[in-house]
Amino acid sequence: MRPLAQCRALLAAVLASAAAVVSTSASAQDRLAERAAMIETIKLHASSAPSAVEGSGIDPAVLKTMGKVPRHFFVPEEQRGAAYQDRPLPIGYGQTISQPFIVALMTDLINVGPGDVVLEIGTGSGYQAAVLSPLAAKVYSIEIIPELGERAAARLAQLHFDNVEVKVGDGYYGWPAHAPFDGIVVTAAASYIPPPLVEQLAKGGRMVVPVGGPFATQFLMLVEKRRDGSITTRQLLPVSFVPLRGGRAR
Amino acid sequence: MRAGRLLPVSLISAATLAYEVLLMRLFSIIQWHYFAYMIISIALLGFGASGTFVALARRPLVERYPAAFAASAALFAITAVASFAGAERLPFNALEIVWNPRQLGWLAASYALLTLPFFFGATCICLAFSRYPGQIGRVYAFDLVGAGIGALGTVALLFLVFPSVALCFVAALGFAAAALAATGMTRHRWLVAGSFGLAAAVIAVWLPPSWTAHGPHMSQYKGLRMALEVPNARVVEERSSPLGLLTVVESPTVPFRYAPGLSLANTQEPPAQLAVFTDGDSITAITAYGGDPATVAYLDRTTAALPYHILERPRMLILGAGGGEQVLLALRAGADSVDAVEVNPQMIDLARNRFADFVGGIFNRPNVHLHLADARAFAATTGERYDLIQIPLLDSFSAAAAGVQSMHENYTYTVEALRDYLAVLRPDGIIAITRWLRVPPRDVLKLFATATVALEADGAAEPGRHLALIRSWNTATLLVAKSPFTGGDVAAIRGFAAENFFDISWAPGISTSDVNRYNQLDQEYLYEGALALLGPERADFTERYKFDIAPATDNRPYFFDFFRWRALPELLTLRTQGGAAMLDWGYLILVTTLVQAMILSAVLILLPLWLRRRALGRAVHRLRFGLYFLALGLAFLFIEIAFIQRFVLFLGHPLYAVAVVLAGFLSFAGLGSAVAPRWMAAVGCGSAVRGIAFAVVMIAFLSATYLLALPLIFERLLALQDAAKIAIALLLIAPLAVFMGMPFPLGLGHVGAHSQAFIPWAWGINGCASVLSAILAALLAMHVGFTGVVTIATILYLVAPALLAGTWDRYDQQTSQGFVPDRSSNRLKVWFGRGVRRLASALAWVRRALPSMLGYSGRE
Repeated sequence: MRPLAQCRALLAAVLASAAAVVSTSASAQDRLAERAAMIETIKLHASSAPSAVEGSGIDPAVLKTMGKVPRHFFVPEEQRGAAYQDRPLPIGYGQTISQPFIVALMTDLINVGPGDVVLEIGTGSGYQAAVLSPLAAKVYSIEIIPELGERAAARLAQLHFDNVEVKVGDGYYGWPAHAPFDGIVVTAAASYIPPPLVEQLAKGGRMVVPVGGPFATQFLMLVEKRRDGSITTRQLLPVSFVPLRGGRAR
Repeated sequence: MRAGRLLPVSLISAATLAYEVLLMRLFSIIQWHYFAYMIISIALLGFGASGTFVALARRPLVERYPAAFAASAALFAITAVASFAGAERLPFNALEIVWNPRQLGWLAASYALLTLPFFFGATCICLAFSRYPGQIGRVYAFDLVGAGIGALGTVALLFLVFPSVALCFVAALGFAAAALAATGMTRHRWLVAGSFGLAAAVIAVWLPPSWTAHGPHMSQYKGLRMALEVPNARVVEERSSPLGLLTVVESPTVPFRYAPGLSLANTQEPPAQLAVFTDGDSITAITAYGGDPATVAYLDRTTAALPYHILERPRMLILGAGGGEQVLLALRAGADSVDAVEVNPQMIDLARNRFADFVGGIFNRPNVHLHLADARAFAATTGERYDLIQIPLLDSFSAAAAGVQSMHENYTYTVEALRDYLAVLRPDGIIAITRWLRVPPRDVLKLFATATVALEADGAAEPGRHLALIRSWNTATLLVAKSPFTGGDVAAIRGFAAENFFDISWAPGISTSDVNRYNQLDQEYLYEGALALLGPERADFTERYKFDIAPATDNRPYFFDFFRWRALPELLTLRTQGGAAMLDWGYLILVTTLVQAMILSAVLILLPLWLRRRALGRAVHRLRFGLYFLALGLAFLFIEIAFIQRFVLFLGHPLYAVAVVLAGFLSFAGLGSAVAPRWMAAVGCGSAVRGIAFAVVMIAFLSATYLLALPLIFERLLALQDAAKIAIALLLIAPLAVFMGMPFPLGLGHVGAHSQAFIPWAWGINGCASVLSAILAALLAMHVGFTGVVTIATILYLVAPALLAGTWDRYDQQTSQGFVPDRSSNRLKVWFGRGVRRLASALAWVRRALPSMLGYSGRE
């Protein structure tokens, strides 16, 4: 696409999403009930997924935030009806907005605190960044596909997630200017974890990487940098599944 | 009758078969192969519908034969392009089926669209049989030759042109058939023929590119489409063959950096890479190399580098060269010499010639030899002995994760394969196999079990001493050593693993305290599995595991099939809770296809016949005769498919296996049905049932002999030249196929003599059985292996004549020719049974061959 056409397309996209926000701001209230139901589903799934859920369940702060973020603004027009179902939805460009339960798990896993700075690789729709926004001090997000990144940035600004900064670019090198990060979420597929990201992870920080296909998360990879700088990884299943039938209970 | 009158039959027959092969190719590119198989299996029932249609509307159509044929051929040509163009535009997203039932509607729409061309193509041939009842043999010959040329010609054509161009040719062939047929019309013949001829000429050279292009409609979730979304990424080269569409992409702004299994301890960024996508998915990287091994030092920090820390300057063999990553690692690690085997000639051309400068000519070095061969066949025939055999990771993670390879035979990872590899190792040699690590583990445990059995079969007293398994967070590498690992080897393994934060899941002498250190799993399934598989608990562990991890064998070479019915309810419950990735789709797709085909064939073929069931004989005959043709339909394809699978190993390439076995069965079964009346007269003393009985005894005898003798024959003759092996394969197939060509026409003649009204039932049931058996054979092979499939087929054949017997006393002697004369509709049924059977078998090998050729080198 020529630059001019690109600008025009971007402008159109921004205007369209702005219009959508204005026209549906009244109905945003209406979907409170759906969001509440979504939170209940997440809780239900979390209660049976001991591997990926630490402690007594998903952090109530995460659930509270997800109960507020209007997910339906982050999905394409034609998918709005299904926005609060607990499933991934297509957002174009071969990308998806993750299943709410997986978003909750990932957010929970990186233990975001009020003063934390979080980096996200793979902005996509911007939903994950929006969920992180109220929990963290600052969220930096990098998207590889310009159209997606620009749209997400406009959408996040429109919805006043003001502590989120989105840039379009190569996520491999992280965002050294704002490093170190207390938490990193990598939703972009990669055959290995980029070394700069490990380097930009603060001591005691956590990185989470969902691994699998576009509509099926196989497992969540949790990378932890200990206080002494050593790195360990853990592979966590989003479901409770014991591969041995009648196996010894542990 | 001039031969020219029948030429259109050959043309349309060729076009229909070519179209089927082509659709498989096109949909494997746009969607995924397993959905392509499903869509085309179902569309094939359009063939069944055409048989019913012609049977019901025969008189008016036959009266206007040239016009009806021409119209139907032209409609074939039009729908061949239009249905494809329509189907590829449907917003069907296979990946979303788990979440969104609406996708099933789009899937059904694809079936409906693609049924049309098969319906029209088949209607033409049906009409020819009803028009020339006295020339049944000739029509059948033209049809057979056309089918053979169509199937084999398309495979050859796909080496020369892109599928989109081939689609134009298929449509042109349809119009050419229409034009030829139109010359037989009584009025306006030259106008009509001229118009169709012009259409053929135009379509052959030009169609709006958007009608045939696959690129724009490729699923946006395929790796290629995603890669091209990245700014400045572009396609720099494209090659197409029946083995797959290879697309080379460069991405200067955001480099590919493809290096699966790379350690977290690595800090080096890989050099520039070109990504080669096969059918728009599964990537292999061509890495820039300027001759300085330090630039690819990162490769030394992948799990696959482990063997180089045990062996010094190995003489090595790489099974699956791909873009050359393992060659680079070998050069970096100081391998003495490298033999690299690659099954796809176009991949070789890309890596060795087209991008030779980019890769620093690594494939042209004096100590690197690139061989065009199948991995297994190369290992079985090479005279060399190696220190190291690398079997790298060539399939994509997502393909492995979705379990979509489960339908394919894979002879690379069977017990016999590992024994073949062990046989070409030097005494201290090692096999290194790298696989994606899935959670919970499947492939890696199955591989471990397979290696254990192979070592035991080779006489290893303690297989555990020959095995080592390490894992990163996304790959695992298994070492299988010819001699037990020494203390020094184990120390090297420990050192390499610790340096790279890799976990050791098995090595001689490790204990619980050594495992699950760096990349922690909930539970060290791999170590526990290894312990169980090496100990007395093996059978119990394999039985209790919720995925099928029993070793793959040449008889049941489904390495990637992990499905267990037992686990299905649990997995289905978990699928929306984040467990969607644990379902292996391949098997379920096969089962679903079978169920759909059963329902639809009943609706399309049996229901109309049932509605016209008046004046059928006694119920008992109906049932028995029906079962006879059901048995034949199933048995014929069972044997044919099992043979294709068996010959893959012998002929060294799935493409050869398909072509040779297909050609053999087509022509010799044709010959068999031609000589059937003489066989009945001479051997059966004029009795059809007796003739059939003797024929099936011959079939049973030959099948049993082959089951026992084929592995031995193959082993002895594997080293022969390709041409000699092809000739031997044809000779082996000939006698069996000749006898298999007899029961159908003889039985039809017999039933026809009993009651004309039985005929439509006979071919309807046989037609359904043929479509079903192609799918069923694949399912059965997964469960009971080829031996089981052939045994079942033999039993079906042996039971068949008994179903006809008992009624033959009154009617049997009346049918000395096998067919009842003067009943043109009979010819139609004969043809129909064969036509569907042929198409179904064509689909079976298309399904098997085209993708398993890729699956062969490990690519999906």
